[in-house]
Amino acid sequence: MSGSNSEIIFERVGKSFTRPDGGAFEAVQDLSFTVERGEMVAVLGKTGCGKSTMFNLLAGLIQPSSGQVRVQGHDPYRDFAWFRGKLGIVFQSDRLMPWRSAIDNVAFGLEINKVAPNERRAVAESWLKRMGLSGHAGDYPHALSGGMRQRVSIARAFAVKPDILLADEPFSALDEVTGNALRAEFLELARDTGATGIFITHSIDEALQLGRRILVFRRPARIAYTATIESGLSAAQRAAIRADILRVLAAEPESGAVP
Amino acid sequence: MSEAPAPAAVFRPRIRYEGWVSIIGLAVAWQIASLFFPHFLFPTLIDIARHFIAIFAASDSIADAAETAGRILAGLGGAFVLGSALGVLMGRSESFARYAYPLLNFNQGIPALSWVVISIIWFRGIEFRIFFIMVMTTLPSFSFQVLDAYRSMSKDLLEMALSFRPSRYDLIRVLVLPTVLPGILTAWKVNLGNAARVVVVAELVGATGGIGYALLQQQQIFDMAGAIAWTLVLVIFVLVVQRVITLIEDRVLRYRPAAERTV
Repeated sequence: MSGSNSEIIFERVGKSFTRPDGGAFEAVQDLSFTVERGEMVAVLGKTGCGKSTMFNLLAGLIQPSSGQVRVQGHDPYRDFAWFRGKLGIVFQSDRLMPWRSAIDNVAFGLEINKVAPNERRAVAESWLKRMGLSGHAGDYPHALSGGMRQRVSIARAFAVKPDILLADEPFSALDEVTGNALRAEFLELARDTGATGIFITHSIDEALQLGRRILVFRRPARIAYTATIESGLSAAQRAAIRADILRVLAAEPESGAVP
Repeated sequence: MSEAPAPAAVFRPRIRYEGWVSIIGLAVAWQIASLFFPHFLFPTLIDIARHFIAIFAASDSIADAAETAGRILAGLGGAFVLGSALGVLMGRSESFARYAYPLLNFNQGIPALSWVVISIIWFRGIEFRIFFIMVMTTLPSFSFQVLDAYRSMSKDLLEMALSFRPSRYDLIRVLVLPTVLPGILTAWKVNLGNAARVVVVAELVGATGGIGYALLQQQQIFDMAGAIAWTLVLVIFVLVVQRVITLIEDRVLRYRPAAERTV
Protein backbone atom coordinates (compact mmCIF):
# COMPACT_ATOMS: atom_id res chain seq x y z
CA MET A 1 0.00 0.00 0.00
CA SER A 2 2.97 2.35 0.44
CA GLY A 3 4.25 4.48 -2.36
CA SER A 4 7.94 5.32 -2.68
CA ASN A 5 7.11 8.93 -1.80
CA SER A 6 5.27 8.01 1.41
CA GLU A 7 6.63 9.72 4.48
CA ILE A 8 4.13 8.24 6.91
CA ILE A 9 2.85 4.69 6.66
CA PHE A 10 0.30 3.05 8.92
CA GLU A 11 0.08 -0.62 8.00
CA ARG A 12 -2.71 -2.65 9.63
CA VAL A 13 -2.05 -0.96 12.94
CA GLY A 14 -3.98 -2.03 16.02
CA LYS A 15 -3.76 -0.71 19.55
CA SER A 16 -5.46 -2.14 22.62
CA PHE A 17 -5.39 -0.96 26.22
CA THR A 18 -6.12 -2.91 29.36
CA ARG A 19 -9.05 -1.58 31.35
CA PRO A 20 -8.81 -1.30 35.16
CA ASP A 21 -11.16 -4.33 35.40
CA GLY A 22 -8.68 -6.39 33.32
CA GLY A 23 -10.68 -6.31 30.09
CA ALA A 24 -9.24 -5.08 26.80
CA PHE A 25 -10.19 -1.86 25.07
CA GLU A 26 -9.49 -1.59 21.37
CA ALA A 27 -8.68 2.02 20.42
CA VAL A 28 -7.22 1.43 16.95
CA GLN A 29 -8.21 -1.42 14.65
CA ASP A 30 -6.48 -2.51 11.48
CA LEU A 31 -5.69 1.08 10.51
CA SER A 32 -3.89 1.62 7.22
CA PHE A 33 -3.07 4.83 5.40
CA THR A 34 -0.12 6.72 3.96
CA VAL A 35 0.85 10.36 3.81
CA GLU A 36 2.98 11.59 0.93
CA ARG A 37 5.93 13.93 1.28
CA GLY A 38 4.77 17.52 1.75
CA GLU A 39 1.14 16.49 2.11
CA MET A 40 -1.06 17.86 4.90
CA VAL A 41 -3.71 15.37 5.97
CA ALA A 42 -6.55 16.27 8.30
CA VAL A 43 -7.90 13.51 10.53
CA LEU A 44 -11.45 13.99 11.64
CA GLY A 45 -13.61 12.01 13.99
CA LYS A 46 -15.89 12.15 16.98
CA THR A 47 -14.53 12.36 20.50
CA GLY A 48 -13.31 8.95 21.62
CA CYS A 49 -12.80 7.55 18.12
CA GLY A 50 -9.07 6.96 18.68
CA LYS A 51 -7.61 9.99 16.90
CA SER A 52 -5.35 10.84 19.80
CA THR A 53 -4.20 7.23 20.15
CA MET A 54 -3.24 7.29 16.47
CA PHE A 55 -1.45 10.58 17.15
CA ASN A 56 0.51 9.06 20.06
CA LEU A 57 1.44 6.06 17.89
CA LEU A 58 2.69 8.41 15.23
CA ALA A 59 4.64 10.47 17.74
CA GLY A 60 6.24 7.27 19.07
CA LEU A 61 4.86 7.85 22.55
CA ILE A 62 3.16 4.45 22.57
CA GLN A 63 3.79 1.17 20.76
CA PRO A 64 1.25 -0.51 18.46
CA SER A 65 -0.24 -3.81 19.60
CA SER A 66 -0.19 -5.07 16.01
CA GLY A 67 0.88 -3.86 12.57
CA GLN A 68 3.52 -1.25 12.03
CA VAL A 69 3.99 2.49 11.89
CA ARG A 70 6.74 3.88 9.69
CA VAL A 71 7.79 7.49 9.46
CA GLN A 72 10.50 8.15 6.89
CA GLY A 73 11.11 4.41 6.96
CA HIS A 74 11.69 4.28 10.73
CA ASP A 75 9.65 3.07 13.67
CA PRO A 76 8.89 6.16 15.77
CA TYR A 77 8.73 4.12 18.99
CA ARG A 78 11.76 1.85 18.57
CA ASP A 79 14.00 4.28 16.68
CA PHE A 80 13.36 6.91 19.34
CA ALA A 81 16.55 8.95 19.03
CA TRP A 82 16.57 8.83 15.22
CA PHE A 83 13.65 11.26 15.20
CA ARG A 84 15.53 13.96 17.11
CA GLY A 85 14.99 17.20 15.20
CA LYS A 86 12.62 15.60 12.72
CA LEU A 87 9.29 15.94 14.51
CA GLY A 88 7.39 19.09 15.32
CA ILE A 89 4.32 18.58 17.46
CA VAL A 90 1.64 21.04 18.46
CA PHE A 91 -0.61 19.66 21.18
CA GLN A 92 -4.15 20.54 22.15
CA SER A 93 -2.91 22.44 25.20
CA ASP A 94 0.21 24.57 24.87
CA ARG A 95 2.34 22.35 27.15
CA LEU A 96 4.81 25.13 27.83
CA MET A 97 7.30 24.59 30.62
CA PRO A 98 6.23 27.08 33.28
CA TRP A 99 9.81 27.62 34.47
CA ARG A 100 11.00 28.71 31.02
CA SER A 101 10.40 32.10 29.47
CA ALA A 102 8.66 32.31 26.09
CA ILE A 103 11.96 32.43 24.22
CA ASP A 104 13.40 29.51 26.18
CA ASN A 105 10.28 27.48 25.46
CA VAL A 106 10.64 28.18 21.74
CA ALA A 107 14.32 27.23 21.94
CA PHE A 108 13.61 23.98 23.78
CA GLY A 109 13.78 21.67 20.76
CA LEU A 110 16.89 23.46 19.48
CA GLU A 111 18.54 22.93 22.86
CA ILE A 112 17.77 19.21 22.67
CA ASN A 113 19.24 19.23 19.16
CA LYS A 114 22.46 20.74 20.61
CA VAL A 115 22.21 23.97 18.62
CA ALA A 116 24.69 26.55 19.99
CA PRO A 117 23.12 28.96 22.54
CA ASN A 118 23.58 32.10 20.41
CA GLU A 119 22.15 30.46 17.33
CA ARG A 120 19.16 28.98 19.11
CA ARG A 121 18.41 32.33 20.72
CA ALA A 122 18.50 34.02 17.33
CA VAL A 123 16.25 31.35 15.80
CA ALA A 124 13.82 31.51 18.73
CA GLU A 125 13.72 35.30 18.55
CA SER A 126 12.94 35.21 14.85
CA TRP A 127 10.09 32.75 15.47
CA LEU A 128 8.67 34.85 18.26
CA LYS A 129 8.80 37.84 15.95
CA ARG A 130 7.06 35.90 13.23
CA MET A 131 4.34 34.91 15.69
CA GLY A 132 3.90 38.52 16.81
CA LEU A 133 5.42 37.96 20.22
CA SER A 134 8.74 39.78 19.99
CA GLY A 135 7.85 41.95 22.99
CA HIS A 136 7.20 38.90 25.15
CA ALA A 137 10.45 36.94 24.82
CA GLY A 138 11.23 37.15 28.53
CA ASP A 139 7.69 36.56 29.76
CA TYR A 140 6.86 33.38 31.62
CA PRO A 141 3.83 31.37 30.44
CA HIS A 142 1.64 32.45 33.37
CA ALA A 143 1.91 36.04 32.13
CA LEU A 144 0.72 35.17 28.62
CA SER A 145 -2.83 34.72 27.36
CA GLY A 146 -4.05 31.36 26.02
CA GLY A 147 -3.63 32.48 22.42
CA MET A 148 -0.12 33.77 23.06
CA ARG A 149 0.87 30.53 24.78
CA GLN A 150 -0.38 28.50 21.83
CA ARG A 151 1.59 30.77 19.48
CA VAL A 152 4.71 30.01 21.52
CA SER A 153 4.01 26.29 21.27
CA ILE A 154 3.55 26.57 17.48
CA ALA A 155 6.84 28.48 17.27
CA ARG A 156 8.50 25.76 19.36
CA ALA A 157 7.31 23.08 16.93
CA PHE A 158 8.41 24.98 13.79
CA ALA A 159 11.72 26.22 15.22
CA VAL A 160 13.36 22.81 14.80
CA LYS A 161 12.50 22.84 11.07
CA PRO A 162 10.68 19.53 11.31
CA ASP A 163 10.25 17.14 8.39
CA ILE A 164 7.06 15.88 9.98
CA LEU A 165 4.50 18.14 11.57
CA LEU A 166 1.83 16.75 13.89
CA ALA A 167 -0.97 18.76 15.42
CA ASP A 168 -3.61 17.49 17.80
CA GLU A 169 -6.57 19.89 17.89
CA PRO A 170 -4.28 22.80 18.68
CA PHE A 171 -6.94 25.49 18.38
CA SER A 172 -9.85 23.75 20.07
CA ALA A 173 -9.26 25.39 23.44
CA LEU A 174 -9.11 28.91 22.00
CA ASP A 175 -11.86 31.41 21.35
CA GLU A 176 -13.09 31.60 17.74
CA VAL A 177 -11.30 34.79 16.76
CA THR A 178 -7.95 33.67 18.17
CA GLY A 179 -8.43 30.18 16.75
CA ASN A 180 -9.17 31.50 13.25
CA ALA A 181 -6.15 33.79 13.28
CA LEU A 182 -3.83 31.03 14.45
CA ARG A 183 -5.27 28.52 11.99
CA ALA A 184 -4.45 30.84 9.08
CA GLU A 185 -0.92 31.41 10.41
CA PHE A 186 -0.41 27.70 10.97
CA LEU A 187 -1.49 26.89 7.42
CA GLU A 188 0.87 29.50 6.01
CA LEU A 189 3.76 28.18 8.08
CA ALA A 190 3.04 24.60 7.10
CA ARG A 191 3.01 25.57 3.41
CA ASP A 192 6.20 27.64 3.75
CA THR A 193 8.14 24.86 5.44
CA GLY A 194 6.81 22.15 3.15
CA ALA A 195 6.61 19.74 6.07
CA THR A 196 4.56 16.59 5.83
CA GLY A 197 1.76 16.92 8.32
CA ILE A 198 -1.10 15.29 10.12
CA PHE A 199 -3.64 17.59 11.67
CA ILE A 200 -6.18 16.11 14.05
CA THR A 201 -9.41 17.96 14.52
CA HIS A 202 -13.07 17.48 15.30
CA SER A 203 -14.08 20.50 13.20
CA ILE A 204 -15.13 19.80 9.63
CA ASP A 205 -14.45 23.39 8.58
CA GLU A 206 -10.98 23.24 10.07
CA ALA A 207 -10.29 19.98 8.23
CA LEU A 208 -11.51 21.47 4.94
CA GLN A 209 -9.35 24.53 5.48
CA LEU A 210 -6.15 22.74 6.50
CA GLY A 211 -6.11 19.34 4.82
CA ARG A 212 -5.22 18.46 1.26
CA ARG A 213 -6.81 15.15 2.15
CA ILE A 214 -9.31 14.38 4.90
CA LEU A 215 -9.54 11.05 6.68
CA VAL A 216 -12.67 10.52 8.75
CA PHE A 217 -12.25 7.98 11.53
CA ARG A 218 -14.79 5.61 12.94
CA ARG A 219 -14.43 3.91 16.32
CA PRO A 220 -12.17 1.99 17.00
CA ALA A 221 -9.88 4.15 14.89
CA ARG A 222 -10.16 3.05 11.27
CA ILE A 223 -10.93 4.98 8.13
CA ALA A 224 -14.60 5.44 7.36
CA TYR A 225 -14.29 8.08 4.66
CA THR A 226 -11.60 9.78 2.61
CA ALA A 227 -11.85 13.02 0.68
CA THR A 228 -9.25 14.79 -1.43
CA ILE A 229 -9.45 18.57 -1.33
CA GLU A 230 -8.29 19.95 -4.65
CA SER A 231 -7.29 23.61 -4.71
CA GLY A 232 -9.87 24.53 -7.33
CA LEU A 233 -12.88 23.00 -5.59
CA SER A 234 -16.06 25.03 -5.96
CA ALA A 235 -18.15 26.03 -2.97
CA ALA A 236 -20.75 23.48 -4.01
CA GLN A 237 -18.16 20.69 -4.15
CA ARG A 238 -16.89 21.66 -0.71
CA ALA A 239 -20.44 21.70 0.61
CA ALA A 240 -20.98 18.22 -0.81
CA ILE A 241 -17.85 16.91 0.92
CA ARG A 242 -18.97 18.60 4.11
CA ALA A 243 -22.37 16.91 3.85
CA ASP A 244 -20.75 13.51 3.24
CA ILE A 245 -18.52 13.91 6.29
CA LEU A 246 -21.47 14.99 8.41
CA ARG A 247 -23.39 11.91 7.29
CA VAL A 248 -20.49 9.60 8.23
CA LEU A 249 -20.05 11.28 11.60
CA ALA A 250 -23.77 11.23 12.33
CA ALA A 251 -23.87 7.47 11.76
CA GLU A 252 -21.29 7.02 14.52
CA PRO A 253 -22.76 6.41 18.00
CA GLU A 254 -21.59 8.56 20.93
CA SER A 255 -19.07 7.05 23.31
CA GLY A 256 -16.69 7.75 26.16
CA ALA A 257 -13.16 8.94 25.57
CA VAL A 258 -10.33 6.70 24.52
CA PRO A 259 -7.83 6.08 27.31
CA MET B 1 -6.52 37.52 19.96
CA SER B 2 -7.13 37.90 23.66
CA GLU B 3 -5.09 40.36 25.65
CA ALA B 4 -2.21 39.24 27.85
CA PRO B 5 -3.05 39.18 31.54
CA ALA B 6 -1.50 41.86 33.71
CA PRO B 7 1.97 40.91 34.97
CA ALA B 8 1.96 39.35 38.43
CA ALA B 9 2.95 41.58 41.34
CA VAL B 10 6.61 41.39 42.29
CA PHE B 11 7.07 39.09 45.27
CA ARG B 12 8.84 40.62 48.26
CA PRO B 13 9.09 38.38 51.33
CA ARG B 14 9.24 40.40 54.55
CA ILE B 15 8.68 40.10 58.27
CA ARG B 16 5.24 41.47 58.92
CA TYR B 17 4.32 44.03 61.54
CA GLU B 18 2.51 41.35 63.59
CA GLY B 19 5.70 39.30 63.76
CA TRP B 20 7.61 42.15 65.37
CA VAL B 21 4.77 42.70 67.87
CA SER B 22 4.96 39.00 68.89
CA ILE B 23 8.73 39.04 69.31
CA ILE B 24 8.76 42.30 71.28
CA GLY B 25 5.82 41.05 73.37
CA LEU B 26 7.74 37.90 74.29
CA ALA B 27 10.80 39.94 75.27
CA VAL B 28 8.70 42.26 77.44
CA ALA B 29 6.98 39.29 79.15
CA TRP B 30 10.41 37.75 79.84
CA GLN B 31 11.71 41.01 81.28
CA ILE B 32 8.65 41.31 83.55
CA ALA B 33 9.13 37.69 84.69
CA SER B 34 12.77 38.48 85.52
CA LEU B 35 11.52 41.08 88.03
CA PHE B 36 9.51 38.51 89.96
CA PHE B 37 11.51 35.27 89.65
CA PRO B 38 15.05 34.36 90.77
CA HIS B 39 17.83 35.36 88.36
CA PHE B 40 18.86 31.76 87.64
CA LEU B 41 15.34 31.08 86.33
CA PHE B 42 14.62 34.30 84.44
CA PRO B 43 17.74 36.44 83.88
CA THR B 44 17.22 39.99 82.62
CA LEU B 45 17.36 40.78 78.91
CA ILE B 46 20.47 42.87 79.51
CA ASP B 47 22.23 39.90 81.09
CA ILE B 48 21.24 37.66 78.14
CA ALA B 49 22.44 40.34 75.71
CA ARG B 50 25.78 40.56 77.56
CA HIS B 51 26.28 36.80 77.19
CA PHE B 52 25.19 36.94 73.58
CA ILE B 53 27.76 39.62 72.75
CA ALA B 54 30.41 37.71 74.68
CA ILE B 55 29.86 34.68 72.45
CA PHE B 56 30.73 36.72 69.38
CA ALA B 57 33.65 38.40 71.12
CA ALA B 58 35.49 35.15 71.89
CA SER B 59 37.08 33.15 69.11
CA ASP B 60 36.46 29.86 70.95
CA SER B 61 32.73 30.58 71.11
CA ILE B 62 32.61 31.59 67.46
CA ALA B 63 34.38 28.33 66.62
CA ASP B 64 31.73 26.41 68.61
CA ALA B 65 28.93 28.14 66.72
CA ALA B 66 30.66 27.58 63.38
CA GLU B 67 31.22 23.92 64.26
CA THR B 68 27.50 23.41 64.84
CA ALA B 69 26.59 25.32 61.69
CA GLY B 70 29.00 23.15 59.69
CA ARG B 71 27.53 19.98 61.17
CA ILE B 72 23.98 21.06 60.33
CA LEU B 73 24.87 21.93 56.75
CA ALA B 74 27.00 18.80 56.24
CA GLY B 75 24.30 16.56 57.69
CA LEU B 76 21.58 18.19 55.61
CA GLY B 77 23.79 18.03 52.55
CA GLY B 78 24.35 14.31 53.01
CA ALA B 79 20.66 13.66 53.68
CA PHE B 80 19.75 15.78 50.65
CA VAL B 81 21.98 13.83 48.27
CA LEU B 82 20.97 10.40 49.57
CA GLY B 83 17.32 11.32 50.15
CA SER B 84 16.88 12.91 46.72
CA ALA B 85 18.52 9.93 45.01
CA LEU B 86 16.19 7.58 46.90
CA GLY B 87 13.18 9.76 46.05
CA VAL B 88 13.99 9.80 42.34
CA LEU B 89 14.67 6.04 42.33
CA MET B 90 11.34 5.43 44.05
CA GLY B 91 9.63 7.68 41.52
CA ARG B 92 11.20 5.85 38.60
CA SER B 93 10.66 2.32 39.90
CA GLU B 94 7.39 1.34 41.51
CA SER B 95 8.83 -1.98 42.69
CA PHE B 96 11.80 -0.22 44.35
CA ALA B 97 9.33 2.18 46.00
CA ARG B 98 7.39 -0.75 47.42
CA TYR B 99 10.55 -1.92 49.23
CA ALA B 100 11.91 1.49 50.22
CA TYR B 101 8.73 3.25 51.34
CA PRO B 102 8.07 1.06 54.42
CA LEU B 103 11.72 1.39 55.48
CA LEU B 104 11.56 5.18 55.29
CA ASN B 105 8.26 5.17 57.19
CA PHE B 106 9.81 2.91 59.84
CA ASN B 107 12.79 5.25 60.05
CA GLN B 108 10.50 8.21 60.68
CA GLY B 109 9.25 6.49 63.83
CA ILE B 110 12.75 6.19 65.31
CA PRO B 111 13.45 9.03 67.82
CA ALA B 112 16.55 11.15 67.26
CA LEU B 113 17.82 10.10 70.68
CA SER B 114 17.77 6.44 69.61
CA TRP B 115 20.02 7.32 66.66
CA VAL B 116 22.32 9.13 69.11
CA VAL B 117 22.65 5.97 71.22
CA ILE B 118 23.04 3.72 68.17
CA SER B 119 25.70 5.93 66.59
CA ILE B 120 27.69 6.13 69.84
CA ILE B 121 27.71 2.32 70.01
CA TRP B 122 28.46 1.83 66.29
CA PHE B 123 30.99 4.54 65.50
CA ARG B 124 34.09 6.00 67.10
CA GLY B 125 34.59 9.34 65.39
CA ILE B 126 32.53 12.17 66.86
CA GLU B 127 32.02 13.94 63.54
CA PHE B 128 30.89 10.81 61.75
CA ARG B 129 28.52 9.98 64.61
CA ILE B 130 26.85 13.39 64.32
CA PHE B 131 26.79 13.20 60.52
CA PHE B 132 25.16 9.78 60.71
CA ILE B 133 22.52 10.99 63.19
CA MET B 134 21.73 14.01 61.05
CA VAL B 135 21.40 11.98 57.87
CA MET B 136 19.22 9.30 59.45
CA THR B 137 16.83 11.79 61.00
CA THR B 138 16.38 14.11 58.02
CA LEU B 139 16.71 11.73 55.06
CA PRO B 140 13.06 10.51 54.93
CA SER B 141 11.72 14.03 54.59
CA PHE B 142 13.97 14.71 51.56
CA SER B 143 12.99 11.38 50.00
CA PHE B 144 9.26 11.92 50.48
CA GLN B 145 9.33 15.51 49.21
CA VAL B 146 11.31 14.56 46.11
CA LEU B 147 9.12 11.50 45.52
CA ASP B 148 5.95 13.58 45.76
CA ALA B 149 7.38 16.17 43.37
CA TYR B 150 8.54 13.45 40.95
CA ARG B 151 5.13 11.76 40.98
CA SER B 152 3.38 15.04 40.37
CA MET B 153 5.44 15.59 37.21
CA SER B 154 3.07 16.57 34.40
CA LYS B 155 2.43 13.72 31.94
CA ASP B 156 1.65 16.35 29.32
CA LEU B 157 5.04 18.01 29.76
CA LEU B 158 6.77 14.63 29.74
CA GLU B 159 5.11 13.72 26.42
CA MET B 160 5.97 17.12 24.99
CA ALA B 161 9.61 16.76 26.05
CA LEU B 162 9.81 13.19 24.72
CA SER B 163 8.46 14.32 21.35
CA PHE B 164 11.75 16.21 20.89
CA ARG B 165 13.68 13.00 21.67
CA PRO B 166 15.95 14.21 24.49
CA SER B 167 18.73 12.03 25.86
CA ARG B 168 18.20 10.62 29.36
CA TYR B 169 20.57 13.26 30.75
CA ASP B 170 18.73 16.08 28.97
CA LEU B 171 15.37 14.82 30.18
CA ILE B 172 16.58 14.91 33.79
CA ARG B 173 18.15 18.35 33.29
CA VAL B 174 15.29 20.05 31.49
CA LEU B 175 12.29 18.36 33.06
CA VAL B 176 12.94 16.26 36.16
CA LEU B 177 15.16 18.74 38.04
CA PRO B 178 12.93 21.79 37.52
CA THR B 179 9.95 19.66 38.55
CA VAL B 180 11.45 18.44 41.83
CA LEU B 181 13.25 21.68 42.71
CA PRO B 182 10.34 23.28 44.62
CA GLY B 183 10.01 20.08 46.69
CA ILE B 184 13.74 20.08 47.41
CA LEU B 185 13.66 23.68 48.64
CA THR B 186 10.65 22.96 50.85
CA ALA B 187 12.44 19.93 52.28
CA TRP B 188 15.49 22.08 53.08
CA LYS B 189 13.34 24.59 54.94
CA VAL B 190 11.43 21.92 56.87
CA ASN B 191 14.55 19.93 57.69
CA LEU B 192 16.60 22.90 58.80
CA GLY B 193 14.65 23.32 62.05
CA ASN B 194 14.69 19.55 62.67
CA ALA B 195 18.42 19.41 62.00
CA ALA B 196 19.11 22.26 64.45
CA ARG B 197 17.24 20.41 67.21
CA VAL B 198 18.90 17.07 66.46
CA VAL B 199 22.44 18.44 66.25
CA VAL B 200 22.13 20.00 69.69
CA VAL B 201 21.01 16.68 71.17
CA ALA B 202 23.86 14.90 69.41
CA GLU B 203 26.43 17.45 70.62
CA LEU B 204 24.97 17.42 74.10
CA VAL B 205 25.75 13.74 74.62
CA GLY B 206 28.62 13.01 72.32
CA ALA B 207 30.71 16.03 71.36
CA THR B 208 33.50 18.18 72.80
CA GLY B 209 32.53 21.31 70.91
CA GLY B 210 29.57 23.06 69.31
CA ILE B 211 26.47 24.79 70.59
CA GLY B 212 25.10 21.61 72.18
CA TYR B 213 28.33 21.17 74.13
CA ALA B 214 28.23 24.87 75.16
CA LEU B 215 24.65 24.43 76.38
CA LEU B 216 25.76 21.45 78.44
CA GLN B 217 28.39 23.64 80.10
CA GLN B 218 25.79 26.34 80.88
CA GLN B 219 23.55 23.71 82.43
CA GLN B 220 26.41 22.46 84.63
CA ILE B 221 27.01 25.97 86.01
CA PHE B 222 23.27 26.75 86.12
CA ASP B 223 23.72 29.80 83.89
CA MET B 224 20.33 30.46 82.32
CA ALA B 225 21.47 33.68 80.59
CA GLY B 226 24.28 31.75 78.87
CA ALA B 227 21.89 28.95 77.86
CA ILE B 228 19.44 31.44 76.35
CA ALA B 229 22.25 33.32 74.57
CA TRP B 230 23.58 30.10 72.98
CA THR B 231 20.05 29.10 72.02
CA LEU B 232 19.60 32.49 70.35
CA VAL B 233 22.78 31.93 68.34
CA LEU B 234 21.32 28.68 67.00
CA VAL B 235 17.93 30.27 66.29
CA ILE B 236 19.56 33.17 64.44
CA PHE B 237 21.63 30.73 62.38
CA VAL B 238 18.47 28.83 61.43
CA LEU B 239 16.64 32.05 60.54
CA VAL B 240 19.54 33.31 58.43
CA VAL B 241 19.79 30.03 56.49
CA GLN B 242 16.02 29.97 56.08
CA ARG B 243 16.19 33.48 54.68
CA VAL B 244 18.92 32.42 52.27
CA ILE B 245 16.77 29.47 51.14
CA THR B 246 13.80 31.82 50.69
CA LEU B 247 15.94 34.12 48.56
CA ILE B 248 17.12 31.16 46.47
CA GLU B 249 13.51 30.02 46.19
CA ASP B 250 12.46 33.50 45.16
CA ARG B 251 15.12 33.48 42.48
CA VAL B 252 14.68 29.99 41.03
CA LEU B 253 10.87 29.92 41.34
CA ARG B 254 10.43 33.43 39.92
CA TYR B 255 8.48 31.92 37.04
CA ARG B 256 5.57 31.28 39.39
CA PRO B 257 2.89 33.87 39.97
CA ALA B 258 3.60 35.61 43.31
CA ALA B 259 0.49 34.10 44.90
CA GLU B 260 1.82 30.55 44.37
CA ARG B 261 5.12 31.17 46.14
CA THR B 262 5.84 30.63 49.81
CA VAL B 263 4.67 33.46 52.02
